[in-house]
Amino acid sequence: MNKVSQEGLLDWAGPILEGALTTLEIAVLAYAIGLLLGLVGASARLSPWAPLRGLATVYSTAVRAVPELLLIILLYYAGSQALTALTNALGLPGQVAINGFVTAVGVLAFVQGAYMTEVLRGAILAIPKGQLEAADAFGFSAWTRFHRIVIPAMLPNALPGMSNLWLILIKDTALISVIGFSELFFTIQQAAASTRAHFLFYAAAGVIYLAMTLSSTALFTRLERRVRRGQPIREEA
Amino acid sequence: MDFSWLQDPFYQEYLVEGLINTLWLLVVSAVGGLLLAVAVAMARIKGPRPLAWLASGFTTVIRGTPLLVQLFFFYYGVGRLLEDIPGIQDSVIWPLLRDPFFYGALTFILSVGAYSGEVIRGALVSVPPGEREAGRAFGLTPFQVFARLWLPRAIQLCLPTLTGEMILLLKSVPLVSTIAMMDLLQAANIIRDETFLVYEPLTLIAGLYLALTVVLTLVLRQVERHFPGMQPTRRRWLPLRRVETAPCKH
Repeated sequence: MNKVSQEGLLDWAGPILEGALTTLEIAVLAYAIGLLLGLVGASARLSPWAPLRGLATVYSTAVRAVPELLLIILLYYAGSQALTALTNALGLPGQVAINGFVTAVGVLAFVQGAYMTEVLRGAILAIPKGQLEAADAFGFSAWTRFHRIVIPAMLPNALPGMSNLWLILIKDTALISVIGFSELFFTIQQAAASTRAHFLFYAAAGVIYLAMTLSSTALFTRLERRVRRGQPIREEA
Repeated sequence: MDFSWLQDPFYQEYLVEGLINTLWLLVVSAVGGLLLAVAVAMARIKGPRPLAWLASGFTTVIRGTPLLVQLFFFYYGVGRLLEDIPGIQDSVIWPLLRDPFFYGALTFILSVGAYSGEVIRGALVSVPPGEREAGRAFGLTPFQVFARLWLPRAIQLCLPTLTGEMILLLKSVPLVSTIAMMDLLQAANIIRDETFLVYEPLTLIAGLYLALTVVLTLVLRQVERHFPGMQPTRRRWLPLRRVETAPCKH
């Protein structure tokens, strides 16, 4: 290192941009998996079979009552230890080290799934019963009814909640830095520590996250307009 | 599962200290944050144009950035800048400015101010104007109308949402362990480092948080029940959803 060379924002622009891309990748993947988990969870919570209902209720209630940061740390350690135990039982000795990216996506998706379960359950319950009965009357199979009627009919109800969850998820990705995976906020922390310009870099982090959340809000507004097409325009808004 | 470390008085002390700090931070942030929230809401509704813009910008920035980033920004960013002010290290407030508790409380107060401010603003706007006009017609001063009529009516409208916000605040408290404050999670981290046990301390804390959430929910439910004029409504068991974009009805 040079004696007077002061690293600045520009020297770190590359790594920070990379970190931002990693954060977006984590968020998109975790959101997609969380959506699937949420669909399964919501179906389970609405299933006629009591044990399945109970299991889904425990999942969504317990995960939502415990702080995200604690869950992320807990699942990070539990995940790798459980996999190690599993591979050891299968006769493969040694420690399993899970890739940080996979852990980040897995943990966030697990948490996201619990919140998504509740959002989707509420949205499905809000579908007028007659529409589902009409599908039955026309002889739709359970699967066809699900993807042709239930999903399109619940989307307008679910979208505000889903957009909230996406914003929360973007902000939750910063928690991943605590387990030492190099996403946006971890890179920022390194930059701040190395340049000692803490104020500058944390402010920059705020600006980047703000850009992400504001542009997502705009996108979701357009998306909601699209899924609500054909519905009467509501006075409030 | 090995919980023998629970016998150790040192670890008990950590846990008790962590619990007290967690609850204390929760109370300070809730009280300060709700006061700020009312100020932010009023600034957006009645404030002069620049103040209204300032309040709305504040809300957008706080709600659009991660709480962890805000915490680091204040503790490391602002904290380091304060260090350089000449003479501040000898001043009376220096012990306060060195304490992570101060930065944790500051961050959470701002956060509650922004999130709950939006909720309270929506509620204030929903109070029918006729009620305020009735107050004026009865000869109340504008301040009396606000303090004895408008604000209580608004709180009545959004109390369930506000109690939900308090639960969310409780769940944000573990973040302060990242700035080396002794909260429950930090206590668990220390125990984890010293005993090499991973699950047990963390599971214990998770259970404690679960219990705290339930207790806080029940306490707040009682508050709601005793709030004058609250209609007893059927509610979900745990109010755990955050409303990011407040549905404003006007």
